[in-house]
Amino acid sequence: MTKPYAVEVNDLTLAYHEKPVLWDIDLVVPEGVLMAIVGPNGAGKTTLIKSILGLLSPAAGRVSIYGKPYEEQRHLVSYVPQRGSVDWDFPTNVLDVVMMGRYGRLGWFRRKKSHDHDLAMDALRKVGMEKYADRQISQLSGGQQQRTFLARALVQDAQVYFMDEPFQGVDATTERAIVTLLQQLRSAGKTVIAVHHDLQTVPEYFDWVMLLNVRRIASGPVAETFTEENLRSAYGGRVAFLSHAANGHVETTIVSD
Amino acid sequence: MNLFEIIQFLIEQLVFDYTVRTVALGCAVLGIVSGALGSFAVLRRQSLLGDAMSHAALPGIVIAFMLTRSKSSLVLMLGAGIAGILGTLLFIAIVRQSRIKEDSGLGIILSVFFGFGLMLLTFLQRDPDSRQAGLNSYLFGQAATLLVSDVITMALFGGVALLILGLFWKEFKLLSFDRDFGASLGFPMQWLDILLTTLLVVAIVIGLQAVGVVLMSAMIVAPAASARQWTDRLSLMVVLAAFFGALAGMGGAALSSLGDGLSTGPVIVLCISAIALFSILFAPNRGLIWRWVRRGRNRRRLRVGAVLGDLRTLALQHDDPHHAHSIEVLRAMSLGRGGVEASLKVAQGRGWVTEVTPGEWALTDAGILETERFVSADLGVTTA
Repeated sequence: MTKPYAVEVNDLTLAYHEKPVLWDIDLVVPEGVLMAIVGPNGAGKTTLIKSILGLLSPAAGRVSIYGKPYEEQRHLVSYVPQRGSVDWDFPTNVLDVVMMGRYGRLGWFRRKKSHDHDLAMDALRKVGMEKYADRQISQLSGGQQQRTFLARALVQDAQVYFMDEPFQGVDATTERAIVTLLQQLRSAGKTVIAVHHDLQTVPEYFDWVMLLNVRRIASGPVAETFTEENLRSAYGGRVAFLSHAANGHVETTIVSD
Repeated sequence: MNLFEIIQFLIEQLVFDYTVRTVALGCAVLGIVSGALGSFAVLRRQSLLGDAMSHAALPGIVIAFMLTRSKSSLVLMLGAGIAGILGTLLFIAIVRQSRIKEDSGLGIILSVFFGFGLMLLTFLQRDPDSRQAGLNSYLFGQAATLLVSDVITMALFGGVALLILGLFWKEFKLLSFDRDFGASLGFPMQWLDILLTTLLVVAIVIGLQAVGVVLMSAMIVAPAASARQWTDRLSLMVVLAAFFGALAGMGGAALSSLGDGLSTGPVIVLCISAIALFSILFAPNRGLIWRWVRRGRNRRRLRVGAVLGDLRTLALQHDDPHHAHSIEVLRAMSLGRGGVEASLKVAQGRGWVTEVTPGEWALTDAGILETERFVSADLGVTTA
């Protein structure tokens, strides 16, 4: 028997006010890849992630994680929402936010224990935020907010990580830290699916890519899939390729929007 | 009577006067419950929903009376609660089904329900049945009408609401901070939302008899907004909000007992507004006064630094780093920032500059060091 895919999506379709946002998406993601979801604004990238996670109700479609329906496999999945989706003036501190990653394991009514505290501190250490455990979240920089969210995801100890724009508006240090973290996750056999905006860094940071524009344009290994032809059909006329020869090989600069 | 005698009289009344004590207890209960649950409403940006709910309760109160001809607070509270929930459901339906935005949706619910309630009230006033007479007091609240049985009902409902709040603490925190993440963990966020919103309705309904439908939303918003000023911890914020609510409730009840026929609602709301105003101005860190003080201090530091920098720039044009320059030149260089003389005096006090001849200033050795430090510290602006 072949190993089931980490994520498998069939016929996923979703519409807002009769306007299709996602149309008949089929997608398979093998275990242990770092996959970028790219596409122009309004292509449905965030919507795709939210639909897979059951946060939106699609008109049709099935999602399975490691061969079983998503609802049964929720404990294998971790979600990093867009940083801007929450109110960072909420009265709480970094450790408390990270601890929320344990709530799913804790279940109803139960309070956190010292074991959970240790796990949360471990996760903070992995993202280089252990010194900020008691910091009020309103005092964090954008990069620190993102790291806090990532620590919260790590503490879930999942197999598949869905991240919505983890690199959005972070400083260079945080960007490096996130890339290192993604690679560590891959080495540990985890699968990461991230909405990504910067086409430039796709080949450097990711090994798998999905091009999306309401429909799935293409998905697969970056080397085969991240081609000019596929990008053109995903972005239409809104992408420019500035190619020039340097040091004997051709460098391509991609400018979108 | 002087102020001291008034306070003494109020405390005596609170302790010994049976009616005042009952009223004060009732108002304390409403303050505690609305403060605690209002904290979540404020953090979830639902303050306006609270306002719409309390206004929407009016027709429920009147209809409950028309159906039962009873003015027992339990019956009227049930009517108010049902109308409040109905209003909320209708609001959700409007926002989901149409393209009307949330603020307009709340406005529609508030005005339609409240208008309908007022119409029913005027209609009832023509009723020869004299029992309808007290219903008007639900507009602005009349705490004097609170009986011990009312207070017990309020305490029971409020106690249950607070108990549920404690039981679902972690889930409600998740709902308020990051709903989508909570849903991804498998918690039924929709149901938790409904539960927390229902608790908010309970908190509002408890207060209607004493504070009235018009002003009840102040008891949801103001204690929470005040508490948020003093703490960065959710648990402490909820406790503080409950405390502020109770303080305003008891204070308002006691004060309104001074004047005959004084509506309690406005007095309680004035009390909580005073607490809110004080908190917004004086709370450390978040308070406006401290912010102004910090901003002023930063601005002065920047000005001093800028003047030092200008002196250095001037001195660089000469071989002598201590070369003196006229204050008029510095004024011209400050580009209208002003405060050049004051900044020089401050710097002089620290030993950074010296007035060589009247109106001619130069950097000292310490001043040169300070200028280097200031420039390298990237203007040294602190925002904390």
